[in-house]
Amino acid sequence: MSVILNVENWSYTKVNQYLREKILEGETEFELHGVNGHRYLFAGIKQKIKAKILGVPGLDLGCFMSGPEIYVYGNVQDACGNTMEEGKIVVYGMAGDVIGYSMRGGKIFIKGDVGYRVGIHMKAYQDKHPVIIIGGKTGDFLGEYMAGGTIIVLGLLSQHPEKPITGKFLGTGMHGGVIYIRGELDPFFLGKNLKISPINEEDLTYLKTILTEYCADMDENLESIINDRFSKITPVSHRPYGNLYAY
Amino acid sequence: MKPINFSSFYPDFYVERLENKCIKCKICIKECTYEVHTWDEKKKILKEDHSKCVGCHRCEAMCPTNAIIIKRHPSQFREHHLWNPYFIKNIYKQADKGGVLLSSTGCDLPLKIYFDHLVIDACQVTNPPIDPLREPMELRTYIGSKPEKLEVEKTETGYKLKKALPPLIKLEMPIIFAGMSYGAISLHIHQGLARAAKELGILYNTGEGGLHSSLYEYKDHTIVQCASGRFGVNVDYLNAGVAIEIKIGQGAKPGIGGHLPGEKVNEEISKTRMIPLGTDALSPAPHHDIYSIEDLRGLIYALKEATEYKKPVFVKVAAVNNIAAIASGIVRAGADAVVIDGIRGGTGAAPTMFRQYVGIPIELAISAVDKRLREEGIRHKTTLIASGGIRCSADVVKAIALGADVVAIGTPLLIAVGCTLCQRCYTGKCPWGIATNNPELIKRLPPEVVYEKVYNLMNAWRSEIKEMLGAMGLNSIESLRSNRDKLRAIGLTKEEMEILEVKHAGE
Ligand code: SF4
Ligand code: SF4
Repeated sequence: MSVILNVENWSYTKVNQYLREKILEGETEFELHGVNGHRYLFAGIKQKIKAKILGVPGLDLGCFMSGPEIYVYGNVQDACGNTMEEGKIVVYGMAGDVIGYSMRGGKIFIKGDVGYRVGIHMKAYQDKHPVIIIGGKTGDFLGEYMAGGTIIVLGLLSQHPEKPITGKFLGTGMHGGVIYIRGELDPFFLGKNLKISPINEEDLTYLKTILTEYCADMDENLESIINDRFSKITPVSHRPYGNLYAY
Repeated sequence: MKPINFSSFYPDFYVERLENKCIKCKICIKECTYEVHTWDEKKKILKEDHSKCVGCHRCEAMCPTNAIIIKRHPSQFREHHLWNPYFIKNIYKQADKGGVLLSSTGCDLPLKIYFDHLVIDACQVTNPPIDPLREPMELRTYIGSKPEKLEVEKTETGYKLKKALPPLIKLEMPIIFAGMSYGAISLHIHQGLARAAKELGILYNTGEGGLHSSLYEYKDHTIVQCASGRFGVNVDYLNAGVAIEIKIGQGAKPGIGGHLPGEKVNEEISKTRMIPLGTDALSPAPHHDIYSIEDLRGLIYALKEATEYKKPVFVKVAAVNNIAAIASGIVRAGADAVVIDGIRGGTGAAPTMFRQYVGIPIELAISAVDKRLREEGIRHKTTLIASGGIRCSADVVKAIALGADVVAIGTPLLIAVGCTLCQRCYTGKCPWGIATNNPELIKRLPPEVVYEKVYNLMNAWRSEIKEMLGAMGLNSIESLRSNRDKLRAIGLTKEEMEILEVKHAGE
């Protein structure tokens, strides 16, 4: 049985406190109605709970969390998944800026467009490998300073049909991890010290697995996506600033 | 043609070996990590390459017969007031390598040291000094946001506060250890500092390098830092100390980030930073989720929410031109403590141009911030922690009289464990075993030694602070805070005195 809650007239502190209490009591499923800009929902939660959010959560949804699975029936604001370590956030709408800042593990799936600086500072560690999949298009600085993990941009559904699939300065300072873009990518959009290559067998196998999960969540057709061309972006060097200093 | 390296022609230091004292034990070869000393097997003599010496004095200190003297190299360029050897050699270096100049420790320029232009008051006749040996002297202070007023209500058993206090941290003396990351300094230093902080009833700070598992036991004396790279930051880490410090900037390099090069990321460091072995750890200048005071509030409350409002959140910034307005914004964003690091604040590695020329002295920053927060009626909402250039207990007293609640120190702690300020921490080869994580080198400085030296230093400062307070007729450190009347200026301009809010000596 889910805990069903209408939080329309609650402050975010009260909602979070209530959720923490219920989680400690052993509740594992939640459904939040009337979410309207509530910040920091599920911040720092470690338990493997499941939650449905109806509405638009505010800043930092699921920040520092390492466990929950959150499904958002609406858009999300900036910094969703900030420094998250494990778990999953699925958004059936669009997302703001700095999604997945410094995330170390877990998955973020977005159906529509995202803002600027998404996936900045993502890093992988040991068995942790963070993944962000964006169904729409992205703003500038996607994957900036990226040190590990995977970002996939599909460009399927966008508010901006006239715009290119990603913004400028893609992967600036990137020194680890992989970005896959569906279709061709004009190198004009790329940051420095990156290379674009076609995907190989290994990439394809990985894409198939992860996109199967994405398509199941989003109700998309895998076949029509996976048969498209993908461009793979990786750093030329893992030490982009190795020769910066004189001593 | 073979490239010429002009920078290798003119050594900074001269390694003198007194042949009548040298017993050819070769300890110097082992001790010097810069390979200055070598053994010529053919001629059976020790040789030295002066150009490699950084002047750390390790070999000199370790030589069993005192046969080594490290001097400034006597070779001189023709005098030129503008083009002194420092600038000439830097240009050679950059022309050879084409890179950004790096330095370690804090700014070494002869900028005005305001502490040295302030003298401390004492009681004579009209009010008696207090002798801390026979009367209680309160050095205890609290970090955190204090309420505007306390409202008390009667209960059946006594009285209680109507509203719970925000989280406060008790310090037994108004000094904490500044953030220095594991990676920049050795694990042994962290272990020694943590133990000393515990014994002294104060706090040490993890820096941005995450927290090594051997330090979990010092929870009640730990500040965990959250910087833009978020290394080692997860919810357990956030809860692993008593406070969380958001690092925006530091005095040695305001406006730029940090960078631990991949070669320093060994196995243990990779674990605490939670990044793969050998990768660069980049902390960019801004947190890219913070472009405004509103965004800062976003992160402060994200951290508070994730730790259930149990930990005060500090925000550390470098002292820069508009520091008073910036600090006011930080307090309004909800920071329980503002940490301000002046231009002389130390560092493991900073671009030389930043270390030398960016930022303002801490003395002026403390006073300006304290004044601004008082004028705005929000001084009580935060704790002002000042760092960057505190050298002795009198500097601590002066910083507090200028308006700080607490000071943070880093360099004095390193000097206490042997640092000679050779300013080459960024090489990772510190022969004193301080700014290194080379497994052989860190053995030179075990945690017990760090603990003992640091404890001694703090113990000494504690006694001196008590005596100075007593002499001023004060019996608690909190009565000294912002108490400018206990200071007088010597040789400062009217404008400087206005900023510091002190009168001239004789006034
Ligand atoms: S140990 Fe230090 S002082 Fe001695 S030669 Fe080496 S670098 Fe110079
Ligand atoms: S810590 Fe070591 S390398 Fe750094 S200045 Fe001190 S002695 Fe030199």
